Amino acid sequence: MEFLSDNWGLIQSAFLTTLSLAVASGICALVLGTVLAAMRVSPIPALRGLATSYVEIFRNTPLTVVFFFLVFGLVYVDLQFPSRFVAAVAALSSYTAAFVCEALRSGINAVPAGQAEAARALGLDFRQSLTTIVLPQAFRTVVPPLGNVWIALAKNTSIAAGFAVSDLTALLQRLANANADQLLLIFAVVVLGYLVITLPSAWGISILERRLRIVR
Amino acid sequence: MTSRTNGEPLVRLAGVNKWFGELHVLQDIDLSIDRGEVVVVIGPSGSGKSTLCRTINRLEAIDKGEITIDGQRLPEEGKELARLRSDVGMVFQSFNLFAHKTILENVMLGPIKVRKQSKGDAEKRARVLLDRVGVGAQADKYPAQLSGGQQQRVAIARALAMEPKVMLFDEPTSALDPEMINEVLDVMTSLARDGMTMIVVTHEMGFARRAANRVVFMDSGRIVESAEPETFFTNPTSDRAKDFLSKILNH
Repeated sequence: MEFLSDNWGLIQSAFLTTLSLAVASGICALVLGTVLAAMRVSPIPALRGLATSYVEIFRNTPLTVVFFFLVFGLVYVDLQFPSRFVAAVAALSSYTAAFVCEALRSGINAVPAGQAEAARALGLDFRQSLTTIVLPQAFRTVVPPLGNVWIALAKNTSIAAGFAVSDLTALLQRLANANADQLLLIFAVVVLGYLVITLPSAWGISILERRLRIVR
Repeated sequence: MTSRTNGEPLVRLAGVNKWFGELHVLQDIDLSIDRGEVVVVIGPSGSGKSTLCRTINRLEAIDKGEITIDGQRLPEEGKELARLRSDVGMVFQSFNLFAHKTILENVMLGPIKVRKQSKGDAEKRARVLLDRVGVGAQADKYPAQLSGGQQQRVAIARALAMEPKVMLFDEPTSALDPEMINEVLDVMTSLARDGMTMIVVTHEMGFARRAANRVVFMDSGRIVESAEPETFFTNPTSDRAKDFLSKILNH
């Protein structure tokens, strides 16, 4: 226990780094993914094509490669993120947005066509019918798949450890290297750190699912 | 072109043609509907009557011809089309009430989002309309908690809230249990009496007799016959209409 209290400051900051990586990337991915999904169902072919290409590129590229590109590749075009943390958020959210988009799109397709037709018949334009009628219903049906995306994102944050972000996985490496005799304890602490983020999310998701269910 | 004169029909279809792939669903449709007129469109299934109804607010685009509403040509897409649609009420076979909104919100949505009315005004008017169609007590429920007949009456109130120039009814009673058909037809009949311009695709011959000024009979994408209800039902001129009527009226 002395080991834990000695390193408590490190543990705490690593946990907060992982949590903020996940939350910041989650929010960005949700926004970007929603925009992409709207583009994929829009009546304008150019927007549809753009969003489809984005999704196919990011969904089929390993996350580590996305990290590499954003951390080291952008330097070649004279761009650099203000910090490794921001670069990690950019990599995680641009990658996750592709999955958010696909989850949402399946939700949009599950909304009966008559809902959008009724909205259009009332005189709502494309944007209004999407934001007030279709998307709110689509979000409700995709709570479980979005929950999966969120949990995957929370765990994917660990890749940031390889790019000099001091998250829980970086803590694992650092403490384990210095304290081989405490290996099990260190593992337990790190795993617990991830569980504290993902398990309540899973509960939250199932509560949300029950709350938001729409009866048809 | 003289538009918006009193003699001008409110809805005019001229030389309208539409194909679904190879299928020629609407063939050279010419139809004019005057202000306050109630036109009932009947015909066998697959005759194109629902498609005809849906072209009038461009839920279905036409391939050839012209449709004007109140002297204005139906715009292709975008804001202009949205504005024109807001003047054309539509009632669907499957009601299509917004599943995630309450009954009251369903009726308030159009006036707030499209007409930019205040919430208070929209609610006041929505409650009046819901009372008028007899579902005022259900205002805070969700669509799935209502019977089909109630849902369809809400759908009518939702369309009326936009104060449309013309109302389209696309088989409004076809998805209803028999005992609920009349409650919807009663609302429609009273609308007709109040002078609403209506285009009604239906199989309800009783309603056609009671409320229509004109019956339009369609078959295979064409308008075969167009006459006053009494004339049409007692003395149809085309063989196709005679055949159709003998099948539906004889039992």
